[in-house]
Amino acid sequence: MKFDNKTYMLLETDSFARKALIAGTAGVLLSVIGAFMDHSTFYQAYLTAFTFFTTISLGGLFFVLVHHVTGAHWGIVMRRVAENLACTLPLMGFFMIPLFFGMHDLFHWSHADVVAQDPILQGKAGYLNVTFFVIRNVVYFVIWGWLVHSLRKLSIAQDNGDTEALGKMRRIAAGGTPLYAITVTMFAFDWLMSLDPHWYSTIFGVYVFSGGFLGGLALLSILSIVLRNNGAGDIVTAEHTHDLGKFLFAFTAWWGYIGGAQYFLIWYGNIPEETIYFLRRWEYGWQEVSLFLIALHFIIPFIVLAFRAAKRVPVIIVSISALFLFMHYVDHFWMINPTFNDHHFQVSWMHLTTLLGIGGIYLGFLFKKMGGASIIAMNDPKLQKSIDHTVA
Amino acid sequence: MNQTLGILARFANPAELIEAAKKVRDAGYEKFDCHSPFPIHGMDDAMGLKRSPLGYIVGGLTVTGATFGMAFQYWIAAVEYPLVIAGKPFFSWQAFFIVTFALFVLFGAFGALFGMLGLNRLPRLHHPLFYSDQFARVTDDAFFVSIERDDAKFDESKTQEFLASIGGADIELVVGE
Repeated sequence: MKFDNKTYMLLETDSFARKALIAGTAGVLLSVIGAFMDHSTFYQAYLTAFTFFTTISLGGLFFVLVHHVTGAHWGIVMRRVAENLACTLPLMGFFMIPLFFGMHDLFHWSHADVVAQDPILQGKAGYLNVTFFVIRNVVYFVIWGWLVHSLRKLSIAQDNGDTEALGKMRRIAAGGTPLYAITVTMFAFDWLMSLDPHWYSTIFGVYVFSGGFLGGLALLSILSIVLRNNGAGDIVTAEHTHDLGKFLFAFTAWWGYIGGAQYFLIWYGNIPEETIYFLRRWEYGWQEVSLFLIALHFIIPFIVLAFRAAKRVPVIIVSISALFLFMHYVDHFWMINPTFNDHHFQVSWMHLTTLLGIGGIYLGFLFKKMGGASIIAMNDPKLQKSIDHTVA
Repeated sequence: MNQTLGILARFANPAELIEAAKKVRDAGYEKFDCHSPFPIHGMDDAMGLKRSPLGYIVGGLTVTGATFGMAFQYWIAAVEYPLVIAGKPFFSWQAFFIVTFALFVLFGAFGALFGMLGLNRLPRLHHPLFYSDQFARVTDDAFFVSIERDDAKFDESKTQEFLASIGGADIELVVGE
């Protein structure tokens, strides 16, 4: 990869994209074999990889939205990268389709005979039924796709000299942010919370969002270093990495705060229908996963990121970001898997192949997108201010 | 008894002030300061200031606050006056976490506020520079460099010449008690 100073294009992304796509295809093929061997394990693993990548893309979309809404200048140099990240959402919509065929393996509320014997599920049937589930999930992706598509189109138009584009993007972002909040919350309720349809937590959507935004920021931090190492060092500087690092610091604290809030309230109330969620994650080997999650998704990165050097030294920020991405996967694994394997801790080889499959195609698509247009929003009026940005 | 407390020189704009700060720093002065109506990016580097220890003060106090919060509640609820509340264990760290977190934040906030005041030697009612009449303009449109008498390199005539040579105007000996 090489950054071109005149056109602001990232050149030669194809070779990496091709490698990622080949790896992804291999992963998909292996996963398909797995699906024929054991379809319920396959769907559990596939759902983990699906929500993992979708929430990361949603994190990228939120970064774009929040920059437009607040008019912040520091991150303009990273805006196009975040747009590219959000542009993978339509791809994730495509990856959602196989899950609709696995609903009977994942959601026991989708079985009519189970619902017929369960008064609680009968009460929820107005929301938790297959038709409505499919319709609303398609609607989320249509909304996200529309947001991504229109923001991207205007952003490119701005590159080509459209001075009206900035105001239009701000208006779309202002209207899009509440839509985003509602759809992300419902997405989390649908795919993750309804795995155990008796259990509920109103903060759950925020929890999933906080993890996803952290994952998106981690990927953005890594990509900021990638840009700096490939010739864009005059535009994307240590100052921008530093500010992304501050965001990582803030949002790992926030993830811990929201996760803690969820846990403490349920602990206080001590109502069996609520405590079952944490009880399942505190037995049969899942206890270690829970502690591992708290330590490495929150406590250790929080302490490390408190130091200034950690946010400015590339090797530390890349290591921490990679750790966050790994822990983001563990977080989703922890949300999904104990529901099905509540009496034994279990990882299947299909977790690896589905991650490789979706991940390879995801990264291939992302890097093709990154090479497809200028990687810096070069005609943004705040760009120079963003380049000159220094952390006080 | 009136005596010289320091020397004050005025500069035309923020860019000149930054340049002046660099030259004063490179000339080896240590007890000097720059004054401006607004913060100037890059001034810390130009003056050669070290990073403030405030972060470590705040960090230390947050850990102290959290430890104190948890330990104090443990002592009350599990050692000094154990009561069974809602059938929960005596040492219910989950229930104590809110207060622990609040003290973590409170100690940190106090550390930041009072640490900042302490490091800046504030509040103080008077400063030698207030003897200078032109110094009032620092809150309006003027940019100053001041060098204190206590500086090892301070010499009334040589320091005045030096400040003039780097472009300072209205050079003034600050005289007061």
